[in-house]
Amino acid sequence: MQLESFLRRSVEQWPDKTALVCGPRRMTYAEYDEASNQLAHALIALGVSRGDRVAIMLDNSIEVALSVFAILKAGAVFMMVNATTKAEKLHYLLNHSGAAVLIASSRRISAVENGLEDTPDLRSVVLTPAIRPCRIPSDKQTVGFEDLLQRHHGRVGPPPRRAIDVDLASLMYTSGSTGVPKGVMLTHQNMVTSSTMLTGYFGNTPEDVILNALPLSFNYGLYHVLMAAQFGGTLVIERSFAYPEAVLKKMVEEGVTGFPIVPTMLAIMLGADLGRHDLSRLRYMTNTGAPLPSEHIARLRSLLPNVTLHSMYGLTECKRVCALPPEELDRRPDSVGFPLPNQEICLVDEAGEPTARGEVGQLVVRGSNVMRGYWQMSEETDRVLRPGPIQGERVFYTGDLFRQDDEGFLYFVGRVDDVIKSRGEKVSPREVENALYNHPDVVEAAVIGVPDELLGRAVKAFVVLKEDADVSVRDLQRHCAGQLEDYMVPQIIEFRDHLERTDHGKIDKRQLEGALL
Amino acid sequence: MQDPREKIRHFIRESFLFGGDDELNDSDSFLDMGIVDSTGVLELVAFLESEWGLTVDDSELVPENLDSVDNLVGFLDRKSAAAVS
Repeated sequence: MQLESFLRRSVEQWPDKTALVCGPRRMTYAEYDEASNQLAHALIALGVSRGDRVAIMLDNSIEVALSVFAILKAGAVFMMVNATTKAEKLHYLLNHSGAAVLIASSRRISAVENGLEDTPDLRSVVLTPAIRPCRIPSDKQTVGFEDLLQRHHGRVGPPPRRAIDVDLASLMYTSGSTGVPKGVMLTHQNMVTSSTMLTGYFGNTPEDVILNALPLSFNYGLYHVLMAAQFGGTLVIERSFAYPEAVLKKMVEEGVTGFPIVPTMLAIMLGADLGRHDLSRLRYMTNTGAPLPSEHIARLRSLLPNVTLHSMYGLTECKRVCALPPEELDRRPDSVGFPLPNQEICLVDEAGEPTARGEVGQLVVRGSNVMRGYWQMSEETDRVLRPGPIQGERVFYTGDLFRQDDEGFLYFVGRVDDVIKSRGEKVSPREVENALYNHPDVVEAAVIGVPDELLGRAVKAFVVLKEDADVSVRDLQRHCAGQLEDYMVPQIIEFRDHLERTDHGKIDKRQLEGALL
Repeated sequence: MQDPREKIRHFIRESFLFGGDDELNDSDSFLDMGIVDSTGVLELVAFLESEWGLTVDDSELVPENLDSVDNLVGFLDRKSAAAVS
């Protein structure tokens, strides 16, 4: 089955039902289907072929959902790029993926303009909202999103189907310990499997109304576009969770039944006066990114006793892996439960041998949700996709350390590498350090994660400056903000005279982490 | 005393643009520009509360009050008018 069939099946059954809501805009399934058909025809007219990558770099909006389905209908591969990505990284992502088209927001035009020099594979740039004078290199065709829809207005039906289910549906870039982002290749089959597993687990029905305030460029946010289309529900897209009051009001107005969060959002929600909002329609919430603090769970349960809370764990490479049965939440608030249906896990030691129950080991995942590999990185792929029990099969070594209790419940312990999970997103210390080293006055830099009530982990940098350098913390943060996505900019920067080194000559991060205990 | 508008601009520049000179018009939405996220809004509120000694209710945490320099200035005006009356 192809991913775009989710939308086709829902439009056949509920053409007049509201599919998407964003701000004052509403769209029925029929309109959703028709607009994505028009855009699919437009992409093909721009020269997009089967298997081509099309990058989406947009804030949360209806255009994201339209773009995802249009790209799939064109037989191409969608690639999500965080809307706060800066020019240099955008340039890397476009060239590494060889994307043919970029769909971007004209509000963030400077990253787009500066990121497109010398991107030979990229042929077209689609801008939304309305296009304005800009400095996009002249070898690219620049068109307006709305103009494209207009141009193909009245076209009936989708383009002829081109992809089959083992073709790639998506390329999702994720941070790794090497500091170089890796493109996770997901097939239609991978994504259909994951979406089906989740909608089944949550018991979703067409009556469900999901509100998504997570970035749609973040894999868990994106899945709500796919899942809502699969079960024929309504998806309310919020730009962000910056204004919790406005989001809570929207939840009441739209009768929201499902609400995905990361721990940061719950911490903010609990600071607001939840009692003033009638959230009686809310049926479930799902948490991912990092475990919720036990006291937050307890407070949420006393404030919203009828809401079922699902604590989950997963990675972009295999989507969701496990979930805690909600009835276990009071007994084991820090567990992420059992594997979801139709996948298997095991914990292994450094030699790859299964660990004894109760001991910490690396989580290995087996199932049709596991990615095809990292785009054009065969070494990195071979490191994490290793032979499984059936000849020719490969299973995924997550790099996450877990332990399992006597009854089989899983507990996240930490990372094999030093990747930081902040605000539910992965931050590569190396990527942040590289950005710091690009500053002419930085001699040494080491980045670690430190506990933070709001963020889960905050990004902290230790920096040694050149002698006589006149650089402030703000200067360095501004420098980083010019190169990194927002969530990667260090919240804390500490200047040091020197940084201790290990016997191998590397900066001793253990010592830096230890000093915080 | 510094004009509230100037104070707000300064705070936004220092806190969210990290002191940069990026172009920011008083009517630009912070959300549209991608310069304020959820933790940013909390910082903004803490700034209003400490600088002008006012209390911001949960119900006032909406973009209409906080999402641009203009909106912030308008919100401050309304709050001080309410405090006087």
